[in-house]
Amino acid sequence: MKAARFDYVRPGDVADALAVLGQAEGAKLLAGGQSLGPMLNLRLVRPALLVDVSRLEALQHLEDTGSTWRIGAGVTHARLEDARGRLPGAEMLCEVASAIAYRSVRNRGTIGGSLAHADPAADWPLALAALGASVNLRGSTRRSILVARFIEGAFTTALAANEIIETIDVPKLSRAGRYGFYKFCRKTGEFAEASAAVVFDPQAGAARVFLGSLRGVPQPLAALAQQVAQHGESATSTQAISEALVQSIGDLDAVEHAMAGAAVTRALGQVFAP
Amino acid sequence: MTQGIGARLQRKEDARHLHGRGNFVSDMLLPGQSEVAFLRSPIAHGRIRRIVKPHGAENQVFVRNDLADVAAMVAPTTVPGYKLSEWHPLAHGKVRFVGEAIAMCVAPTRAEAEDLTEQIEVEFDELPVLVDAQAARREPTVRVHEQWADNLFLTLNYESGFEAKAKGAPIVIQREIALARQAMVPMEGKAVHAQWDDRSGQIIVHASTQVPHIIRVGLAQFLGIDQGQVRVISPDVGGGFGYKCILQPEELCVAWLALKFRRPFRYIEDRREHLVVGANSRQHGYRVTAHADERGKLWALDAEVTIDGGAYSAWPFTVALEPGQATGNLPGPYDFRGYRCRTYCVATNKPGFLPYRGVARTGVCFAMELVIDAIARAVGREPWEVRYDNLVSAADMPYDNVARKHYDSGDYRKALTLAREKLGLEAWRERQRRGERDGRLIGIGFASYCEQTAHGTSVFSGWGLPIIPGYDQATVRVNPDGGLEIRAGVHSHGQGMETTLAQIAHEITGVDIANIRVVLGDTGTTPYSTGTYASRSIVMAGGAVANACRALIPRFLAIGAHLMQAAVATMKFENGEIVGPLKSVSLREIAEAWYLRPQELPPDVDLGGLEATMGFRPKRDTGAFSYASHAAAVAVDTKVGAVEILDYVIVEDCGTLVNPMVVEGQTLGGVAQGIGTALYEESPFDPNGQPLASTLADYLLPGPTEIPAIRIYHMETPSPYTEFGIKGMGEGGAIAPPAVIFNAVNDALRPLGVELTETPLTPRRLLEALGRAKPSSEPRVATA
Repeated sequence: MKAARFDYVRPGDVADALAVLGQAEGAKLLAGGQSLGPMLNLRLVRPALLVDVSRLEALQHLEDTGSTWRIGAGVTHARLEDARGRLPGAEMLCEVASAIAYRSVRNRGTIGGSLAHADPAADWPLALAALGASVNLRGSTRRSILVARFIEGAFTTALAANEIIETIDVPKLSRAGRYGFYKFCRKTGEFAEASAAVVFDPQAGAARVFLGSLRGVPQPLAALAQQVAQHGESATSTQAISEALVQSIGDLDAVEHAMAGAAVTRALGQVFAP
Repeated sequence: MTQGIGARLQRKEDARHLHGRGNFVSDMLLPGQSEVAFLRSPIAHGRIRRIVKPHGAENQVFVRNDLADVAAMVAPTTVPGYKLSEWHPLAHGKVRFVGEAIAMCVAPTRAEAEDLTEQIEVEFDELPVLVDAQAARREPTVRVHEQWADNLFLTLNYESGFEAKAKGAPIVIQREIALARQAMVPMEGKAVHAQWDDRSGQIIVHASTQVPHIIRVGLAQFLGIDQGQVRVISPDVGGGFGYKCILQPEELCVAWLALKFRRPFRYIEDRREHLVVGANSRQHGYRVTAHADERGKLWALDAEVTIDGGAYSAWPFTVALEPGQATGNLPGPYDFRGYRCRTYCVATNKPGFLPYRGVARTGVCFAMELVIDAIARAVGREPWEVRYDNLVSAADMPYDNVARKHYDSGDYRKALTLAREKLGLEAWRERQRRGERDGRLIGIGFASYCEQTAHGTSVFSGWGLPIIPGYDQATVRVNPDGGLEIRAGVHSHGQGMETTLAQIAHEITGVDIANIRVVLGDTGTTPYSTGTYASRSIVMAGGAVANACRALIPRFLAIGAHLMQAAVATMKFENGEIVGPLKSVSLREIAEAWYLRPQELPPDVDLGGLEATMGFRPKRDTGAFSYASHAAAVAVDTKVGAVEILDYVIVEDCGTLVNPMVVEGQTLGGVAQGIGTALYEESPFDPNGQPLASTLADYLLPGPTEIPAIRIYHMETPSPYTEFGIKGMGEGGAIAPPAVIFNAVNDALRPLGVELTETPLTPRRLLEALGRAKPSSEPRVATA
């Protein structure tokens, strides 16, 4: 279980990294390596070249832009976990980060790497989709895309071969804004069997409800979210959640349906907890 | 503080491990050393039509024909009807499971050796795959081993008083019960390093093994060389659990390389190889029918057991061990007189079955204890009460049970009663009635078992295995400074024997254990022993250490008498001193006289000197039976299918405790593995025999947060047959947890009419069972 032969380069800045990506055949970006490392060793991926962006200064910032928090793609889960109390309006990031795998993974794994890898059971695609976050990509040009659109399927994203995720913009919640995030893992540190994320901002009259883990991409429960936005807690009956799952996702088997129902119910329960 | 038997001492071996200074096979690095990787079969069953070695690297790649001088491993027994399998070091003509080694590749680094494995071309004629033991048993034409008439390694039939006892029983309970296939997952997998030593004319094989002397016998036999040409050293070993109590084909291959090329070679199993090739234990299926009276007293038990034996029978203990242990141990700690059991051990296209910690008893305890609870539910009594009524009573000890097992001593009912008290059954029942704020359901479970340990010659010779344990030997030497050196052929890989054997020597000689060194695991320096397995080492090697120490005492007295110029008859040995009528001399002075000032020795001094090798066998070697009752309270989240263990209590009796802390550590480790069996671990195979859990992302192991704070209480009933009354206990912790956890979960789910009987208890299995219990056309929706 040792990696096949590959070359390795550590560019000095994002422009260098993009230049290498543009020239080399079969190059792959390496950030925290918490998924890529095992995949290399299992020989599930065989890049000719690893472009290590884990130390690029430009990807390390946590920046308050006023209406959003701009998170560098190279920021580790551990840094977000430890930023508790220092990210007003984006507290959910700290809570989600603190429950990703276990600390040794969080010390190296990055938010940008997690999005680029797009594991269906990962926490960031779900949480950032529910938060309405956008990914800022840089290639020959710059573009911005909602996380919910960026993740196209299991392990599939809109990221082009010559692009890098530079930052993620997370809109701040208002003071009245509430969030809920629930995941069920068979044991500590495992990927989730079922997960759900809810963001509800009564001041803005907006709500988003997403279901994670059970399908390739985070699944929006748009109709349920709309009902929550309009009617608040009274829209979260067992019946309503069950119908929303059938309507929005449809092909869940009985066990998935039960787990999904519990995940959505519990995430909503956090939002409306007294 | 006393250091002898019963002392709660920290382990002598801990310091090096806690500081990362252990010495494992993977730590070995010699000049010119090559790494070995194996090409393993990608298919479960097929004939090998052709193997093409990579062009230009032919001399780095070896197949079966290259090892023509190596014999296949064949493990015979005298058990009637047992069929032999030939396990070749590399696949011979045919592959029989995914992961079977086909070719061996040698390169300066492991990655390069793995590159070579990818460049080998193998063409197969694929054969139908036998992946289900029941189907394989009935399969008319497809054979795992062509020369066999069917796919059965062995069928055992046992009957004692069944018809007469079962007749007219008012309560008849039948259950189908199953355990998943598992890997043992020691922290360190297989590891072997072999080198040629010109000075001794030996291959020196460092292997991560529980049984270095057995490996030596096996290597010499299958390589066709003299025993004297092989030295096996088992350095620090990162867990054995039975995985390392047999000769591995990789050990044979790597030893052959060193013999052939006279250079060092090393093979280290990686985790993926372990999970694929090591999916070799626990998979039993039971159909059990219990016949009982209205109070739940068992009259008779009828069982059909199916063991998925996999493709090969390992040398020397054979796959027959598992059905033998299942048939003999199913009746458990219970007193009943009607028993009928048919056990099938079936060959399938999976890795060959090996004896995992608990050997069959985790399975039989699971089956028996689920049945006891089912009886209790049927007669409307508390499960612990029905269990209590059926347990062998202390007054009946020693007790010969319905399967001719001889239970030597103990108070099984008292252990159960204590477990009930320590758990606080009534308080848990009250909490269960009250209900939880979060909607989870509370359940309480019990399980009792007894465990044959340290069984010896009479038991193993009955199976007619190639290797039968006899008199375990130990050497005790007094050093010139009065310290002791103990050499024993067993091996310690987590059991703490560097400490406990020293405690036994201290008990007799009084030497401070800081001055007692224990040397294990080297055929070049230790007397022969079959090694560490079957919960035997502290009884056997401990007994040998005691005998060797005792053999030295008359020699101490004779030298001491001469030094003090007094009659030997007036000498006593007390607290490490030779005490005469007027004065005393220390052991150090005795040692100085023997080694440094021999002019002071008596003329008729014992020429054995201050070193003795003695053997030991228990007075009766049918086994010293440890036993325990486990009790647990759980909370079941029926919305997502999660189980949390809220409390877990163990009352155990392993006879005289040598070191309670070591016993507790062994028990905790075993329980962690048992919790893995109950809730997490499973090696599933698809219909083509492809393993579906080949990384730890798919094969879930319990971690620290999944193991509750376990409370252990000791009872101490000495065995009448062993030195100091010690019983073995290394495996027991892993036996009861699946039974106790399932009984607790079934207790919680009883109001819903749901009973689970198949390990592991995954969320999906739990939710599916709940779904079956409450069929509904609407999708069932959780409320949290």
